[in-house]
Amino acid sequence: MYPPKFDYYRANSLSEAFSLMQEHGGAKVIAGGHSLIPSLKLRLADPGALIDIGRIGELKGITANGNSTRIGALTTHAIVAAAKNLPQGLTEAAGWIGDPQVRNRGTVGGNIAHADPASDLPTVFTALGATINLTGPGGERSVAAQDFFTGLFETALQEGELVSSIDVPTNGGGSAYAKLFNPASRYAVVGCAAQVKVENGVCSAASVAVGGLTSHATKANAVEAALLGKPLNEATIAAAAAQISQDLGDDVMGDLHASADYRRSIAPIYVAQALTAAASRAG
Amino acid sequence: MSSKRLLTTLAINGIEHELALEPRRTLLDALRHDLQLTGTKKVCDMGDCGACTVLVDGRAMYACLLLAVDCTDRQITTIEGLAQADELDPLQQAFIEADAFQCGFCTAGQIMSLKGLLNETPAPNDDQILRAVTGNLCRCGAYRNILKAGRLAADQVAHPEEARHADSTH
Ligand SMILES: Cc1cc2nc3c(=O)[nH]c(=O)nc-3n(C[C@H](O)[C@H](O)[C@H](O)COP(=O)(O)OP(=O)(O)OC[C@H]3O[C@@H](n4cnc5c(N)ncnc54)[C@H](O)[C@@H]3O)c2cc1C
Ligand code: FES
Ligand code: FES
Repeated sequence: MYPPKFDYYRANSLSEAFSLMQEHGGAKVIAGGHSLIPSLKLRLADPGALIDIGRIGELKGITANGNSTRIGALTTHAIVAAAKNLPQGLTEAAGWIGDPQVRNRGTVGGNIAHADPASDLPTVFTALGATINLTGPGGERSVAAQDFFTGLFETALQEGELVSSIDVPTNGGGSAYAKLFNPASRYAVVGCAAQVKVENGVCSAASVAVGGLTSHATKANAVEAALLGKPLNEATIAAAAAQISQDLGDDVMGDLHASADYRRSIAPIYVAQALTAAASRAG
Repeated sequence: MSSKRLLTTLAINGIEHELALEPRRTLLDALRHDLQLTGTKKVCDMGDCGACTVLVDGRAMYACLLLAVDCTDRQITTIEGLAQADELDPLQQAFIEADAFQCGFCTAGQIMSLKGLLNETPAPNDDQILRAVTGNLCRCGAYRNILKAGRLAADQVAHPEEARHADSTH
């Protein structure tokens, strides 16, 4: 299988990337290539030119900064999985993306820019209340993860902009990620990320998101509301997880891997799993 | 579309090769077609099967999802680069001893994934060995013996003397 022909330009800095993007309208940027190269081979994309941003040092690495940690867009899943100063819900999700080969090459920025509904990181960043930092020739702006994912493979990224980094709050409580994965690719059939705080024996803050079910990562407001003020035990968690059907409405998608009905019926199981693990880590 | 060929230097198993490549050439096709290094196998060409696994700067990656022109300044190791002179790599030897293949089509990829593991985790447990090959399909189902081979090689690397001894007495 061969990708369609394209010209290739390598950017060694952000400013070089922006001028190459301006010069070659319609070009696509390539980071790890682990979503883009398959799309090219399947002829789902044929951009004519690729701008390789994979070596831009400014976009790499993880830095802790008070109550938040910044992850450069080009940081690989393997590096996130091994990081110490990130919420456990994120490191465990990154550690279960695909397989070692995918984690050694795929990038966090590419994962969220691609916004595959079966990806893990959109769900996790939405639940953790992360902020996506974007940069373009005109400067920088920040978008809450919850507002960044707008539809099927659609994000708030504008023409000419790049994801530069993601800020993840590290003081949100205990967090966890649970998924039913496609056994071949490890993409999520259903994924749930949860973060909870427990004070005086009851849940004082809860943030939950699900993926794999609808066109993009969805915040589970009804589940969250059902948790607040409750002690977190098997019964309260099961009751809250059942509320996920409220959050999903009629938007659940099915495909050859799993029907919409099947996804809808197993969703509460993974919501409960993520909540149980998050509660056990809430201290 | 013009798609100019680019002069690209690839460092494969410690030897530099200069090639004029179309940017769309994958590392896998460059290895197999331009350099006749056919030990790295092409099966799905989509990142699903693991047969094309090579090491890039010591870490396991899919050669079918890398552009060859993006592999300049990186050290690529393929299955052909593991044996030193006449001596097989401990992993290759362990695959023979554990009978860890039937048809052998997945074997090069399995070995390269395990090599990537041992580079980072010199004394892995069984779970780490199995997780290292989650990206490598074996249609013959040799998984149990692949785990055994990974175990043998890891023990050999960690305690060369003991492992040799155990080996001669089985
Ligand atoms: C076999 C296999 C299994 C996988 N399993 C999983 C899984 O279980 N879970 C999961 O979440 N993912 C999975 N993935 C996807 C993987 O995580 C990808 O690496 C990731 O989705 C894309 O990252 P990338 O760096 O490879 O991006 P690329 O493929 O290089 O780019 C993807 C898209 O994003 C754009 N882009 C890239 N970087 C930026 C940036 N900084 N700013 C703006 N746009 C950008 C590109 O133009 C392109 O449109 C799998 C992939 C494979 C091949
Ligand atoms: S040929 Fe590369 S993963 Fe199958
Ligand atoms: S030995 Fe035949 S595919 Fe693994």
